[in-house]
Amino acid sequence: MSEIIDRDYAGEGIYRENILDHYKNPRNFGNIENFDAEYHEFNSLCGDELTLQIKIENNLVKDIRFFGKGCAISIASSSMLSEEIKGKKVDFAKNITKENIFNLLNIQISPSRTKCALLCLEALRKLIKIYKGEK
Amino acid sequence: MKMEILAKQLDIEKIRRDFPILRRKINGNNLIYFDSAATSQRPKTVIESIKKFFENNNANIHRGIHKLAEESAFLYEEARQKIASFINADTEEIIFTKNTTESLNLLAYSLFKDLKENDEIIISEMEHHSNIVPWQQLAKLKSIKLNFIKIDKEGNLDLNHFKDLLNKKTKIVSLTHVSNVLGTINPIKEISKLVHNNNSLLILDCAQSISHMKIDVKELNTDFLVFSGHKMYGSTGIGVLYGKKHLLENMNPFLYGGDMIKNVTFKETDFNSLPWKFEAGTPPIAEAISLGIAIDYLNYLGMENIEEYEKYLTDYLYKQLSKQKDIRLYGPKNRSSLISFNLSNIHAHDVASILDSEGIAIRAGHMCAMPLVREILKEPALCRASLSFYNTKEEIDKFILSLNKVRLVFKNE
Repeated sequence: MSEIIDRDYAGEGIYRENILDHYKNPRNFGNIENFDAEYHEFNSLCGDELTLQIKIENNLVKDIRFFGKGCAISIASSSMLSEEIKGKKVDFAKNITKENIFNLLNIQISPSRTKCALLCLEALRKLIKIYKGEK
Repeated sequence: MKMEILAKQLDIEKIRRDFPILRRKINGNNLIYFDSAATSQRPKTVIESIKKFFENNNANIHRGIHKLAEESAFLYEEARQKIASFINADTEEIIFTKNTTESLNLLAYSLFKDLKENDEIIISEMEHHSNIVPWQQLAKLKSIKLNFIKIDKEGNLDLNHFKDLLNKKTKIVSLTHVSNVLGTINPIKEISKLVHNNNSLLILDCAQSISHMKIDVKELNTDFLVFSGHKMYGSTGIGVLYGKKHLLENMNPFLYGGDMIKNVTFKETDFNSLPWKFEAGTPPIAEAISLGIAIDYLNYLGMENIEEYEKYLTDYLYKQLSKQKDIRLYGPKNRSSLISFNLSNIHAHDVASILDSEGIAIRAGHMCAMPLVREILKEPALCRASLSFYNTKEEIDKFILSLNKVRLVFKNE
């Protein structure tokens, strides 16, 4: 019990150099002109908004872009995720897990920030469903 | 009389000792709790009253013939009396609910039975979701028009727009007393006159005002008034609906079941008299009793003293925040004890996370007022610092200093 209550969540420690770097200079930020699928995700808890677009060729993620508003954690995880899956197989993108995202961020995410970190993953999963449904 | 009240200063150090949680350390720092608008902390007397009830008196109310049942019912009804005199109402005009949201739903569902197609309801752009969604959803069922009073640039209600909206078809006006986002204190006496001259009903959401200023239902002349226990130093799970007796008598119950009946046959039911007509099922008895204890505590401090001290704190916080060039404040200068703000280029969640690492608890998000925050203020999220009489000037100083840490982390110096 005391361990749960007094566990020192990273606090400002989550704002590591690379997190802030991805926040201030997000990779793959913007639009794809002729995307194959687009998905808009909204986190009503924080007001974060994220639009993901994907371009697929030969079953590979040819391009992935995102834009929207969000906190440092939400933007950084979107940015890192986009780097992770770009150029990879669609199935690889489809099988990304929560743990993969936490590993990419490499910081301790408190329960109250989990939604911020995983917004991009929810959007990605729905995006791929939309893509597969269309095909 | 007035002199006596003003002469009695609050002993803040002593008050702080009444709130055990204020001894908590968060990440090695003393807790600075600036989130009382979300839920206040509880004094020892309130916490102990719940334990005491379960250890000594616990039984169901209005049913048993035994001693404990009598004691429980007595304590429950005594709490109702305390609440009634706290807002200058009659005891039978006080109905226990779960919270402000349930009180508003009770009103919406019960009053809607008498509304006809093309009737109109007025609320405002600064309402909490609990005073938007029930009306919005029920309005759809009956083709009833829901109008929103605009707010001006300062964050005050546009009363001219309100006058334009009022018309013969307006049956209900439901407004917040104090905005939980902007801190605006709405001019209820003036609004009440306009509403009643128009033969409409006035509902007042006092969730954000009840623990900060003296509320008198007769002075405000409101038909209904709602609030939650947990924002006024009581427990969660208990809320209040006040209604003028003659109105409540003519309204249908919202929830049906045990305790709200006088006589039940397989074919028909006679409803109980006020206030029990609206209290179906076993209520949160301990929570209701502890709300009475919270009111004892507020009376002991004196609402005038609370208002005076919190105004001093709020003015100080406003002044300190106004000095910061990269901070945008939302709402009017003259306000209740909460301030919403944003630091430029830093998301509210990041501000809250870094302040949390310093032991400072603030709210970050849309404050359950998405239409206001997103559509009017055009922000994805806001930070909100909300104060209580257990806060101090020193805590505000530490909070202001900690904002530098936020800037430092984001290299926004």
